[in-house]
Amino acid sequence: MRRLAYGVILSALVAAGVAQAQSVTLLNVSYDPTRELYRAYNAEFVKYWKDKTGEAVTVQQSHGGSGAQARAVIDGLKADVVTLALEGDINAIAEKTKKIPADWRSRLPNSSTPYTSTYVFLVRKGNPKNLKDWGDLVKPGVEVIVPNPKTSGGAQWAYLAAWGYADQLYKGDEAKVKEFVGALYRNVPVLDSGARGSTTTFVQRGLGDVLLSWENEAFLAINELGPDKFDIVVPPLSIKAEPPVALVAGNAQEKGTTKVAQAYLEYLYSPTAQKIIAKNYYRPSKPELADPEDLKRFPPVELLTIDDPVFGGWAKVTPKHFANGAIFDQIYKR
Amino acid sequence: MSDPALAAPRTWRSPTAEIRPVRALLIGIAAVFIGVFLVFPLVAVFIEALRNGVGAYFGALGDADTQHAIWLTLMVAAIAVPANLVFGIAAAWAISKYEFRGKAFLITLIDLPFSVSPVIAGLIYVIMFGSHGYFGPWLNDHNIQIIFAVPGIVLATIFVTFPFVARELIPLMDEQGTQEEEAAISLGASGWQTFRRVTLPNVKWALMYGVLLCNARAMGEFGAVAVVSGHIRGLTNTMPLHIEILYNDYQWVAAFTVASLLALLALVTLVVKSALEWRFGHELTGGPR
Repeated sequence: MRRLAYGVILSALVAAGVAQAQSVTLLNVSYDPTRELYRAYNAEFVKYWKDKTGEAVTVQQSHGGSGAQARAVIDGLKADVVTLALEGDINAIAEKTKKIPADWRSRLPNSSTPYTSTYVFLVRKGNPKNLKDWGDLVKPGVEVIVPNPKTSGGAQWAYLAAWGYADQLYKGDEAKVKEFVGALYRNVPVLDSGARGSTTTFVQRGLGDVLLSWENEAFLAINELGPDKFDIVVPPLSIKAEPPVALVAGNAQEKGTTKVAQAYLEYLYSPTAQKIIAKNYYRPSKPELADPEDLKRFPPVELLTIDDPVFGGWAKVTPKHFANGAIFDQIYKR
Repeated sequence: MSDPALAAPRTWRSPTAEIRPVRALLIGIAAVFIGVFLVFPLVAVFIEALRNGVGAYFGALGDADTQHAIWLTLMVAAIAVPANLVFGIAAAWAISKYEFRGKAFLITLIDLPFSVSPVIAGLIYVIMFGSHGYFGPWLNDHNIQIIFAVPGIVLATIFVTFPFVARELIPLMDEQGTQEEEAAISLGASGWQTFRRVTLPNVKWALMYGVLLCNARAMGEFGAVAVVSGHIRGLTNTMPLHIEILYNDYQWVAAFTVASLLALLALVTLVVKSALEWRFGHELTGGPR
């Protein structure tokens, strides 16, 4: 019995050792909704790298809430690259571990964002409550499902989109803007901690009239669960969510994977990758490289960016809106 | 009981025998409760797993990440269970056969993992072995990865399954006392012989029972493992973690397929446990049931 146990352990260790020796391995630590995108992209990249260098590369994926993933990398998860939801999460890794150079945003094209997305409304089929724009969400009796911006990186974009809409509506009168966003969050019956959780609440448990969702998540939910159940409503104004990517130089150097990891990120901007990105319902940073057919699925929408004066970049947004006791805490308490 | 003279008077009944409707009601409540909260969810797991037929069921099991998750779970259990087996016997031996200071405190310590939330159990290992933890810099310098790798998962699993074997053995060995060992030694047996020929046979069924519970928990642990796993697919995802991932990937059949394996494990554990109790109930005295 004991001999058997030792045998199992030994062979396990040997197997693990062999598996590692066979090929170069990259670890991509990402946030939740990119699972399908990177599954497709990794297969393509492995092929590309093999053709180009003859080297076999394996890409491992880890997915979770953006903030939690950043925390794990800080605590020692050996990511070669991080592809997270928020600039702030990558900044946190850069500051706490020094494994990512401070100027990481300028090291890849388009401020290190190979794809963008936006926040849209997913409604029940036929849009029974006729929800067309952010203003419709604060009406009494409308139930809005959205994750908690304190715990979900993605949900901060939803919050900011609503804020941006109200700011235009009330011409910058901050008291009224707060009132509007507060009214919206008072219409939220369940504040899930992450994007997939909210999707499940809306789609599976059937709660709420509208789900504020990443555009790609909304498409995915419709694809997986049947177009006969939901419609996507794109509001006239939303926010340009820019999930950035970065090389964790410290880890890659240690593992000797710098070259392939850098190539992995650069290849995201290639025509092949941009096509995959559009196919997976992300808005490609170079739309001219994507399939026009895929692009048709993205209706035109006016997109505010985080650097718009109403927000002033993450450095201002985070302390003003999401820190403890900041605006979100104030309006959600009331 | 047909003789009216022998029948109990109408007003008298045994203090432990409830009237028929009350009995029926109590049994009914228990049965409904067990049905709704235990049996139905368990059956639902298998219904969902087989929703798209047997082909889809085995198709889901063929997935490389799923197979790795199963393999990893088995491997972690294969390390954690023997480790706790050795520890459990040693601890039970020390506690039941010797008198020493701090014995009560040691028993309390063994129970600690039962009362600590598994998330905390995971976090303490992050604090100890994470990059910014106590041993983090030293481990980094020596290129040893514990957290977000298999060793961390094993450690967390050992922690949460710590008490199972010891907890089964202590009451039994306590009750059995030291006479038989004393007799063996006075007849010239060595320490090792005494242990193998006298102590071990006396506790073997309780030991097996503890190992069984330990194993079930080791394979099913979610919280502590989730904290230290890093969630790398095909590398550090155990079965429970993989189930969550599949579920969130909209792969419900695959999620419930893996879940059904864990449910099967639970059923096997239950059957073996019942068999042990039925056959060797008198040797399994004491301990939490």
